[in-house]
This record gives sequence, structure tokens and C-alpha cells, in this order.
Amino acid sequence: MLEDTGEKRRVLGRRDILKAAGVGVMAIAGGGLASGSAFATPESTAEALKKIIGTAAKAGKVTIKLPEIAENGRTVPITVSVDSPMTSGDYVKTIIVMAEGNPNPEVVNFNLTPALGKAEISTRMRLGKTQNVVAAAVMSDGSVYTGKKQVKVTIGGCGG
Amino acid sequence: MKRTIIRVTVAVGASVLLAACVAAAPKEKTALEKRLEDPRVKNYIVGEKMTGYVFATAATRTVQDDDFENPAFLWVDIGEENWSKVDGAAGKSCASCHGDAPDSMKGVGATYPKYSGETKKLMALQHRINWERENRMKAKPWKWESDEMLGMTAYVKLQSRGMPVNVKIDGPAKPFYEAGKKFYNQRRGMLDMACANCHVDYPATMIRSNLLSQGMPNGFPTYRLKWQKVGSLHRRFRGCNKQVRAAPYKQGTDEYTNLELFLMDRARDLPMETPSVRM
Amino acid sequence: MAKKPRIKVPKSAKKGEQIQIKTLISHKMETGRRKGKDGKLIPRMIINNFSCKFGGKEVFSADMYPAIAANPYFAFYVTVDKSGTFEFAWTDDKGKTVTASKDIAVT
Repeated sequence: MLEDTGEKRRVLGRRDILKAAGVGVMAIAGGGLASGSAFATPESTAEALKKIIGTAAKAGKVTIKLPEIAENGRTVPITVSVDSPMTSGDYVKTIIVMAEGNPNPEVVNFNLTPALGKAEISTRMRLGKTQNVVAAAVMSDGSVYTGKKQVKVTIGGCGG
Repeated sequence: MKRTIIRVTVAVGASVLLAACVAAAPKEKTALEKRLEDPRVKNYIVGEKMTGYVFATAATRTVQDDDFENPAFLWVDIGEENWSKVDGAAGKSCASCHGDAPDSMKGVGATYPKYSGETKKLMALQHRINWERENRMKAKPWKWESDEMLGMTAYVKLQSRGMPVNVKIDGPAKPFYEAGKKFYNQRRGMLDMACANCHVDYPATMIRSNLLSQGMPNGFPTYRLKWQKVGSLHRRFRGCNKQVRAAPYKQGTDEYTNLELFLMDRARDLPMETPSVRM
Repeated sequence: MAKKPRIKVPKSAKKGEQIQIKTLISHKMETGRRKGKDGKLIPRMIINNFSCKFGGKEVFSADMYPAIAANPYFAFYVTVDKSGTFEFAWTDDKGKTVTASKDIAVT
């Protein structure tokens, strides 16, 4: 009977936890981005990425800056930078950002030119749950580098 | 019966487990202690009082710190634009009487809600703005949660940024303050909880995955990441009330305006922070 | 809602200087996965492209998906060699474009 998760949930109900922890809590879970439909997975993300970049990518050169814990998944600041001289002979052409656990993996594609002088771009993204964010940089010589970063997305409490 | 025994056993087991966790805790820094390590928070603490900035994560603070990155300024821009826009039958704008907002509105936002002898009422800044629109400009009032009203309140309160909260709670304001205080301490809703049960009894503890704040009002209207836009303090009140499963009041009601006065007094001396960014 | 985007470009720079550009525009970025009060899905409506030109030539652009947060924000760097005009354009799913420009004096 204790193996039954439904029963466990009732046994160790919200109120018990509250009492034990001594904190009044109202949990509003979910309400996020997805409406119960299928989410992307690391595999489907890799597949989607492969469709765009084709060749086998090497890990490295790409740095993703994201908060370790996102207070709210609806607005998460992200900075992607690529180690590149950004000269006319050697620059980053495209940066593809994907999220492994969102309803769809695609987030944004940045199209760069040597005029930027520096391959570092910031924006704000949505994250449906705790997951990895992946970025792939397509260089001017056709080589591809990737980077990955995990973000924990908190759900619940009165803020979530 | 069997079920009850299991229930008790599990509950006791859980308590022991939790107790063990609590006992092991002293070595580790609390969530608040970690957030206090950021030198930026010192401007947002006065004595025991801390604004929501202190309870926010570093990433959220960074969004607030830069007036360009702070998306609330999209609304401030609306307020600034409307300040000098003529509207209504009287052919006036705010600027027609008040001139430049950075001069005339300096410090004003820190004193609201304020008792008005003219109307014999306690008025939030939104009430005042609409009163001016209707009576002096002969213009249509704005809806409480409209971009125009959010923009104007944010723009006016921005002119008090950094100045201490300074509301009047004596004299004719006293009964309104007392009513707000009563509301704050009144248990309500299916969860039978008062505002104070969270924000006085348990700030700085985790409310599931969030760090519970002192519930300070000095940064409103705020850009809330959850809302993905700017919203009023009264909208936040509605959220709080709903979360304790109580019927929320409407924005701009006496109940919420009185509560706003009580909260602003609670935040006395903290710096005005509008437009803040919160989770 | 102000239709005017917020753009930060320094008014002047030295030749060859790396400047940072920041842009912010108000938009709900409706994902197409949210249900309205009537229980029906609210159709997707996002800004799907942002571009930045300098001297008429595109220097940076972004193809956006619904996973970009409401009120899209971008920050990026440009190395400037001569005075000129930055032109910015945001295009939504209906093909409507909002444009803005900023001049920079390079010495």
C-alpha cells in the first residue's frame, strides 16, 4: 500500500508537510508554457539540430551563460558567446539555440557577420522546466561547435 | 484504522527526516544569507526591513539594475509620453499644470496613498490621477490595470526613486490606516491565512521553491516575470488573496487602498524602488 | 502600449571601437499553446525576426521562436569604423514590421 504513490501523496499531504516544516505554503504548480502536450527531449533536440547543421559537431568554443536557478521560467536571461576572432576570414556565421525540455526545441537563431567584432549575444528566453540549453555555432569554414548548460527552473510558491 | 496508522507512521517518519535535515542545516548558509552576500542589496535594507530586491535572485536584480534592460521602462515611456499629451475637453495635459515631472513629481509618489480633503477619501496615486483627469482635464478616467495607468503611476513614482517611503498615517488618515492593519491581520479564505501569517511570521523561509519576502510595496508598479508585464500592487493583492483561496477584491477598492497605506507604512524609510523587477 | 522600441546605441565612438547595442520592444510573444478564457487556443503571434543594419548592410539578425520571452530584448556588439546609421526592424507573424534608427558619429 505504501508503494502506491497516490496514497503516499495523501498520507504525506501538503498540510502535513506544512505542519512539519512550520511554513504556510500555497502551491500553484504548473501554469507554465506547455498545455500538457509532448515536450522536446534531448534526442529530438539533437535530431532537430542535426537537420540544420548536418555535420557532426565538436564540443567547445561555445559558452552559455544562464542563471543556475531561474526564478521564473517565463523570462530567463541568457548570453551566448563563441570563441572566434570575428575577422572576415574567420567568423561565426550562425548560432543556434535550442532547449531540450521545452514544447519545441527551437529558441532562436542568430545570424552574425564579421562587423560585430565579438560573438557575444544576450537575450531572454522561456524555459518550461529544468533542462539543458544547447547552442551550436556554425563557423565561416563550415565547422560546428556546441555548448550546453543546465538551468533549474523553480515551480511553485507564490511567485511561480 | 490501518490507514490511519500508516498515515501517522509516515507523518512521524517525515517529521524525523525533516528534523534531521534542520539539525544538519547550521553548516549550510540559509537562502537569505546567500542572497545577502551580494553587495548590491545593502541599499535595499533599512534596519530589519528588506525590500523584495533582497529576496530576488541575482539574475532578477541585474534586470532591475539597468534602466535599459529593465522592461518596466517600456511602460515608463508610455507614462512620460502621456504626461505632456493633451487629453479631454479642457484641452490640458498633466504638464499644463505640473510642468516637468522630474521637478514637480519629485517625492510625490513616496507619500501615497494619501488622504484628500477634497474627496474626504484615502486616495491611491491611481485615484488621484483619475480624479485630475476627470475634474481638471475633463478626460476619461483610465482603467486601473491599463497600460496608460500603469505607465503614469510608474513614471510618477520613478521621480521618487531612492527617496524614503513617507506616508501620513495620523490625523484624518488614521482610520484608513487602522482598517488596513485590520485587513492585514485578518485570516481569510479556505486556507484561513492572513497576510501577516506569511509576511510577518515566515519571511526568509522557503515557500516551496521560492524565498518568501517581507511583502514590501515600495517597488510597485513592478515588472513581474510571471506576468511578463508591469502590474499594480492591487493586482498582486488579488494574487495573494486567491492563493489563500479567498475571494479577491477589485483593484482600487477601499479595502485594497487601506491595505496599501498600511503596507507603505510598514515600508517606511525603505527607498522607493519603482519600477522594480520581481519573479 | 507604446509602439516605440527602446534602443541604446552610443551617440559617438572612436574608429574601430567595439560598441554594445541593446534593444527592447514590447510584445506579448503569444506562443500559440496558451488557452484563452473560452478554452480555445490563442493563435501564435510572435515577432519572428529582428534585424540590425549599418550603412544599409545587415550586420546582425535573429530568427525567433515562441521560446523567446515577452518583450524581446537583445544585446550585441558591433565594431564601428565610420559614422553612419543603424537601422533596426522587428517583423511579426503577420508580416508587420516596426522600424527604428539611430545615428552614430565615429571619429
